[in-house]
Amino acid sequence: MTELATRPPAATARRTARPAVRANRWRWRRLTTPVVLVALWETSSRMGVLPEEKLPAISDVLLAGWRLAEDGRLVEHLLDSLTRAGVGLAIGVGLALVLGSIAGLLRVGDDLVDPPVQMARMLPHLALVPLLIIWVGIGESLKITLVALGVFFPMYFNLYAGIRDIDERLVEAARTCGLGALARIRHVVLPGTLPSLFLGLRLATGAAWLSLVVGETVATHSGIGFLMMEAREFSQTNVVLVGLFVYALLGLLSDLILRVVERKTLTWRRGLQAT
Amino acid sequence: MATRSTGDVVTATGVRRGFGDTVVLDGVDLTIGSGEVVALLGGSGSGKTTLLRILAGLDRDATGDWQVHGSLAVVFQEHRLLPWKRVADNVALGVTGPDVRDRTAAALAEVGLAGRERAWPAELSGGQSQRVAVARALLREPDLLLLDEPFGALDALTRLRMQALFGRLRAEHGFAALLVTHDVEEALLLADRALVLADGRVVDDIAVPLAHPRAPDDPGFGALRRHLLDRLGVPAAA
Repeated sequence: MTELATRPPAATARRTARPAVRANRWRWRRLTTPVVLVALWETSSRMGVLPEEKLPAISDVLLAGWRLAEDGRLVEHLLDSLTRAGVGLAIGVGLALVLGSIAGLLRVGDDLVDPPVQMARMLPHLALVPLLIIWVGIGESLKITLVALGVFFPMYFNLYAGIRDIDERLVEAARTCGLGALARIRHVVLPGTLPSLFLGLRLATGAAWLSLVVGETVATHSGIGFLMMEAREFSQTNVVLVGLFVYALLGLLSDLILRVVERKTLTWRRGLQAT
Repeated sequence: MATRSTGDVVTATGVRRGFGDTVVLDGVDLTIGSGEVVALLGGSGSGKTTLLRILAGLDRDATGDWQVHGSLAVVFQEHRLLPWKRVADNVALGVTGPDVRDRTAAALAEVGLAGRERAWPAELSGGQSQRVAVARALLREPDLLLLDEPFGALDALTRLRMQALFGRLRAEHGFAALLVTHDVEEALLLADRALVLADGRVVDDIAVPLAHPRAPDDPGFGALRRHLLDRLGVPAAA
């Protein structure tokens, strides 16, 4: 019995060593299913099993994408979409930073700002489209408003929770070190909130793309969404799929960039993970 | 009396603090002379930490008169280092000047952590982190050091080393200190005077006239220990 009791530490040590090796050696297996699916898709389209108007071969889609890129239309629409996402993101994030800081840092702000935001959160912002059309019309402002609304909530709640979660004991320690309110915000609150801010920003970016997809299906004359809607009218399924791919790539790329920036910024967390 | 009051770093009279209906401090009087180390003993919930927080300026709801003359620094039970700042930046937090870097290095060397300026707090052990917290306090060259069970969370061996370190630093820098502890032995090893807090008041105030360095088997140590334990409501072993 005593021997059993002494064993677990050794066993856990071995267990932590092994999965790392296994994960590396078998990593390629994770690629199998996607590759097989793509191959299946391509062959069944080529053999006519999948009707072309429903799902063209992936090579067709890539070719259509290449052609669109070549004649500059893809870039043009992409830039329009990116501008909408960028402006909406900036407005939404800016507003969330201001209101979230007020609610998180000031008791009065918490009482005055947080309740209405909590209530507004219950409205699915995409369901606001009809109302927004009445308020701001169907032009650019509709798309930007939708994006900004989608961005605001995840950003606000993560910032608010991040400020609230800061260890009060650290703030006290900073106070006994002679730091005033502003210095405490700079040295304690801001760096302590950064992890939550990054999480909020990643969720917000996801929400931005989602809002953009919906916004660009409403009376648009440019943008990736427009490209897709127009292609649908002419039954160019391959172009519709190009649009989908672009949306997916945008989401993937933005998340990747944010994760890299996050890792560079939060170096101190690596030490935390090492121990 | 007049000569003493000029040298006192802490003068407090009638300090009161309640939480809801519970009165934790019910008129505490306290003076700490310049360079004097005072241990504050008491059972858990007796208000030791509350009194320390009041003196540290962290409690705004206390009433009474108290004053700290000179600069103060605090070492808490937990190290309370900012995890996003390297050791050197934690030590120098809030201190500016051209010689901060040298002073930081000197303070770290004094606590036995020379050359660890670039480490992250997460890379340090509990004892090392607490040393950094002590270095952070030392850098401020305080007239009064407030210590809230500073070695309570450490293992027994590390605690002994930290107590020895405290003795050395105190001899060198001559700061006054209020040491909150529940450890009678620690109080007798380090303090010039021991106070016992019970029912919201200081119920005992005894000098510890032992020569430094002290050890628990010094003559006179046992009697003081028994006396303090008695005041703390711990009956002597039969």
